[in-house]
Amino acid sequence: MVDKIPILKMGRYLLLSIQVDMHDQLAMDLQEDLTEQIVRHSAKGVLIDISSLEIVDSFIGRMLSHIANVSRILDAKVIVVGMQPAVAITLVELGLSLSGIATALNVEKGMRWLEKNVNDDLVAEVESDEDRDTPAETGN
Amino acid sequence: MTVAALADIFKQNESAILEQWIEIQRQAGIRSDLIDDRTMVDNSRDLLKAFIRAVTESGDDLNQPGWAPVKSLLERLSQAQSRQGFTPTETATFILSLKEPVFALLREANGELITASQLIDKLGLYSMERFLAGREVVIREQQESMLELSTPVVQLWKGVLAVPLIGSLDSNRTQVVMEALLQKIVETESDIAIIDITGVPTVDTMVAQHLLKTITAAKLMGARCIISGIRPQIAATIVHLGVELGDVVTKASLSDAFQLALKELNVRLVSANPR
Repeated sequence: MVDKIPILKMGRYLLLSIQVDMHDQLAMDLQEDLTEQIVRHSAKGVLIDISSLEIVDSFIGRMLSHIANVSRILDAKVIVVGMQPAVAITLVELGLSLSGIATALNVEKGMRWLEKNVNDDLVAEVESDEDRDTPAETGN
Repeated sequence: MTVAALADIFKQNESAILEQWIEIQRQAGIRSDLIDDRTMVDNSRDLLKAFIRAVTESGDDLNQPGWAPVKSLLERLSQAQSRQGFTPTETATFILSLKEPVFALLREANGELITASQLIDKLGLYSMERFLAGREVVIREQQESMLELSTPVVQLWKGVLAVPLIGSLDSNRTQVVMEALLQKIVETESDIAIIDITGVPTVDTMVAQHLLKTITAAKLMGARCIISGIRPQIAATIVHLGVELGDVVTKASLSDAFQLALKELNVRLVSANPR
């Protein structure tokens, strides 16, 4: 497959923007790629921008929630941003409410959410045990 | 008596028929407020001309291509009249009053009445059909504009939208509301949408389900929804029906919901004149 969705690393976060029509193989590749990258960079947050995605089917919908679940297990917070109204309606009609996945209206708000949530966690852990050095990363 | 003979008689007496036809229409009373005498005369002349040509060329079968000009003329007239507010009777009278001069003529020529009568009846029916079709178009247009008018999405604050729903909800309308709301959320980048159902008379399982769908779709896009204005009977109905509202936030009134929205946006209102 020549097509590949780029995953950008930015600090503790990974950014990925889906700007092509998702087909099934692409989604599978993306999932594999993303899990590897999360582990390699020990990322704390993943922001998935789907503002250019105009067509979804049940497979892609399921894939999105799958990606989010896998990321959560790897201790990275996931937020999906910029979903189009038509896509949202389609997912609801398909019965996929992506429960448990955070969403935001645009990349800016999504980033703010990540900053807030990831920082909250880190602060809490540092406060509770000051001896440990970057505790969350050792877990990976 | 054949149709060809009928056509011949019409052709020879065209001006006489027209004169009598117009006279009869005048006697029947034309709506001077909606149509002037001259237009009526012009319409009658055009139609009669097209009618006689069609009878000559294509006989009495209205499906023949020769009748197309007559049909399009009638269609235009009937639809225009249905828009202008003519009654069905007035529209039908236009064609049916052609019977009297034609019959008078045929009686003199000892012609057969039944063919001519059937022909004019067919035209009358056709014009009624078109008249009703015109009405239906008007009704449909009104329905659509009602649908759009009845579902406004307003911005209460930067980042707060409200949808005051009034009247009964059906799936069609909920669809429009849902699309309008989601579109507005994208446009204004609002975090919170308040759906106010004070004006909704009844909530059944279908309506509740539609509301939940809207809320889920908004959530997928990254906006939160608050439902406000649930009246006591409706609250009882929802519980009675066993509708699961899940983790949807509900508030008693629009003002409560607005307060909550402001709180979540970290906006605090202070009085301008502190004592």
